[in-house]
Amino acid sequence: MTQSYYADNSLTWVIGGAQGSGVDSAANIFSRACAQAGFNIFGNREYYSNIKGEHSYFTVRVSDEPIHSHVDLIDILVSFDAETVFVHTSEMKEGGAIIYDSDLAETTLREVPTIDEYAVRRISSMLESSGKPLSLRGMLDYAHEKNIKLYGIPYFRLLKQFSEQMGDHTLSKLTRTVNVMALSASMAILNFDKHILSESIRYVFRTKPKIAENNVSAANFVYDHVKLQFSSKDLKRELKYKKPLDSTILVQGNQSSALGKLVAGCRFQTYYPITPASDDSEFLESHQILEQSNGEEGSILVIQTEDEIAAVTMAIGGALTGVRSATATSGPGFSLMVEALGWAGINEVPLVVSLYQRAGPATGLPTRHEQGDLLFAVHAGHGEFPRIVFSSGDIEESFYDTIKVFNFAEKYQMPVIHLLDKAIANSVATCRNFDQHRVKIDRGQIVNKIPPADQRVDGKYLRFKLGGNPISPRAMLGTQNGIFWNTGDEHTEEGHITEDPYNRINMMDKRMRKLDVALAEIPNEDKAIAYGNNEDQEVISVLSWGSTKGSILDALNQLNREGEKMRFIQLRLLHPFPASLLETLIRGSKILVDIEMNYSSQLASLVEQHLKREIDYTVVKYNGRPMSSSEIYNALKLITSGNAPRRQVLEYGT
Amino acid sequence: MALKFADYKTEVHNDWCPGCGDFGILNAIQMALADLQIPAYKSVIFSGIGCSGKTPHFINTYGIHTLHGRVLPFAQGAKLSNPDLEVIAVGGDGDGLGIGAGHFVSAGRRNVDMAYIVFNNGVYGLTKGQAAPTLKLGMKTKSLSQPNVNDSVNPIALALVSGFTFIARGYSYDVRHLKELIKKSIEHSGLAYLDVLQPCPTYNDINTREWYQGMGNIDEDTHKQKPRIYKLEDTGYDGRVQSEETYSKMVQAIEKSEEWDEKIPIGVFYQNEQIPSYEERIESRIPSYVRNPPARQTIMDHDGVPTGGISKLLESLRIDR
Repeated sequence: MTQSYYADNSLTWVIGGAQGSGVDSAANIFSRACAQAGFNIFGNREYYSNIKGEHSYFTVRVSDEPIHSHVDLIDILVSFDAETVFVHTSEMKEGGAIIYDSDLAETTLREVPTIDEYAVRRISSMLESSGKPLSLRGMLDYAHEKNIKLYGIPYFRLLKQFSEQMGDHTLSKLTRTVNVMALSASMAILNFDKHILSESIRYVFRTKPKIAENNVSAANFVYDHVKLQFSSKDLKRELKYKKPLDSTILVQGNQSSALGKLVAGCRFQTYYPITPASDDSEFLESHQILEQSNGEEGSILVIQTEDEIAAVTMAIGGALTGVRSATATSGPGFSLMVEALGWAGINEVPLVVSLYQRAGPATGLPTRHEQGDLLFAVHAGHGEFPRIVFSSGDIEESFYDTIKVFNFAEKYQMPVIHLLDKAIANSVATCRNFDQHRVKIDRGQIVNKIPPADQRVDGKYLRFKLGGNPISPRAMLGTQNGIFWNTGDEHTEEGHITEDPYNRINMMDKRMRKLDVALAEIPNEDKAIAYGNNEDQEVISVLSWGSTKGSILDALNQLNREGEKMRFIQLRLLHPFPASLLETLIRGSKILVDIEMNYSSQLASLVEQHLKREIDYTVVKYNGRPMSSSEIYNALKLITSGNAPRRQVLEYGT
Repeated sequence: MALKFADYKTEVHNDWCPGCGDFGILNAIQMALADLQIPAYKSVIFSGIGCSGKTPHFINTYGIHTLHGRVLPFAQGAKLSNPDLEVIAVGGDGDGLGIGAGHFVSAGRRNVDMAYIVFNNGVYGLTKGQAAPTLKLGMKTKSLSQPNVNDSVNPIALALVSGFTFIARGYSYDVRHLKELIKKSIEHSGLAYLDVLQPCPTYNDINTREWYQGMGNIDEDTHKQKPRIYKLEDTGYDGRVQSEETYSKMVQAIEKSEEWDEKIPIGVFYQNEQIPSYEERIESRIPSYVRNPPARQTIMDHDGVPTGGISKLLESLRIDR
């Protein structure tokens, strides 16, 4: 059944290797080259919490059609160590290809120290049951019997020949090019355009021209070798050059929200190092000087703080001066920020927290994916205060959404938690060039000039003025005649401490009523989007949120092609919960399916709480590896067959 | 029109205990602001939690009463976003040296141009007299069931090794002297730490006003009561680093900071303006930072169209070029 999903024309290419050995660079070159050759790209990176040595791998899916996800099975596996072949061969598609280091063929499974005991047991039993020795040779035999083509590359010998040809005998330095050599071997068997490959190598190493040229030469050397050596062993697949897609960019998920921040006018960001959120801040820091269309000298100030408590409180301090301020973190850091979140809530401070979720609790799986913080984000904090929880589904959305969340924060004067995650942060995709002017900036009710108290009809400025509109005009620190006070205590209209019971009611009402305003004003497309079959009433509605979007869309595409009647409703605004819109969107749905990357189906519980309607099926995953479209396809197929249990747990991934 | 002391007062009822040392500090802050003619709207008092945390509500400037232990990061965030503001952070010793000690050290490493005043009384007053970080080992103030089991932290020495570039100590019952120290803290370019000995009349029955003023401190020669507090400047002490003498000035400050009981120094322990402030360090990375800090930047045109462009960045991500 799994195979039936692969009817499309996409190709999945995986490169693996020890962390620190250039897996990322090689994958970046491959992605860039394929994008330049006119293909759509979706890639994602998996790695251990480790600096050097542990197994990491990068999956890149390439297709003529727009794609939004990865799939389970691999067409081309590129390796230069034994572990990659041991770990990933079981995922190979029939007719695929493995590129391996022919010098390592006699390596035994036990000789690879980084493969942990669980994986050793799984691999051993797989090899033993097919009567193969527990060595790379055994694994390659296994692959061969599965009709997988094998390309042994003697990297060491090729390096030696290459260095002789270059007249440079500093071999030790050149071993660093093995990643690019392996990549180039895969390009040769795919008949990929050599010139574009060279250009992509130069692009990825653009800050180090000498290294770039060394790599280009090494790549060409290996390319020619493979062409010569394996001419008789043609692979059925190839990546033929087409015209590059118009107005397309290749973006990493850890850049898109940061780019959005620069456009949104975020000029102050704080952070404490944490995977996978740090990349956001580091990107901003390395682009701290801004191009401003008005000729002004612009900049964003990024501060690395001593902890996440300082990060959030410093960002709040920045926001009080009227600067659009944010902090970026992951679950453990967000846990520390919670007290201050309440302070921002009671003092009506516009604050943006980019919450890049990863698998918890505690340190959890620090470099792996999960959507486990939805209910935490919705409920974080003691006492009750308004906040907006908003989630983006993919790289492109996260750019535009970032501008929107700053608007929400300022318009409704409350903290906004922007839910992102590891799957988005460590993915790369081709998308339409970002439009910097599509989302306008809306700063809400702010006051820059305040006349002295005796010249105002309504007396002196009151930061928390009570009245019809729960949103009171906001002055910034430093505004003349705008003096106000803030306190974490309940406060008067001026901002002074009071424990008066009636004022308490008024102030609580003022703050909480802002959620009603937000819910009424936020456009429907920012609350939830329905994809697919909308006319047909007798459909299955799939509900989800965040980065599962791409895999669900790709799976649904295929299912709808096969005649299934399904639609996908992507929840974006998660708090305040858009219950009435969702009610409209699911009206007539025969079956509700909830899909999310956590144990307890957190969105399902929100839906059931707000809509008083039960979810019929849940599909969850919590092994740290993002959902692929093929496993979602399978799970939905099982549901339409009528044989699915109420809850399915997905398990794929290495 | 010149600003007066009274201009910095609010009408908020002050509920500190009668005789509280905090009153002297409050007055000294208001007097210093008036002396320096700092417009109320340009200054912000940030505070932590506790009795001292209420201070901003009594001062007619922007006042931000933050969270327990977090006053320094709140204050630094505002100052760095808008360096035109005059930022003063205040808090108790529990707030700054207990729950907030990590921020204390990290703030020293940054040296942001602002002042931090610690109301130092050795007890957690608002929660009814538990031992605070500056209470000496073995002391048993009246609400403790047993003598203090923790040793005390030396805030002067901690500020010094953390990187504060102005370090002084005042006494809340010498308001004029304290006012001058506050002015120096504000005028100092860099992060100033001002430790203020502030008797808590309700819970600290050891380090009382009478104790500081000499009770039980009998001069061996005269057999008379001798004030414990003395002024460093009266002894010819000079804590300012002029050229290459940082190390000896630091050692001297630590030596003085260890004096207690019979002789307790107040005044400026250490000042070093040769260390670049955080703002100067940022300017070396972002040349326009001081001219056009975050708070002064415009981010959109009149129609709300963003002005912060990323065209060049996007260009580098294009694959059809």
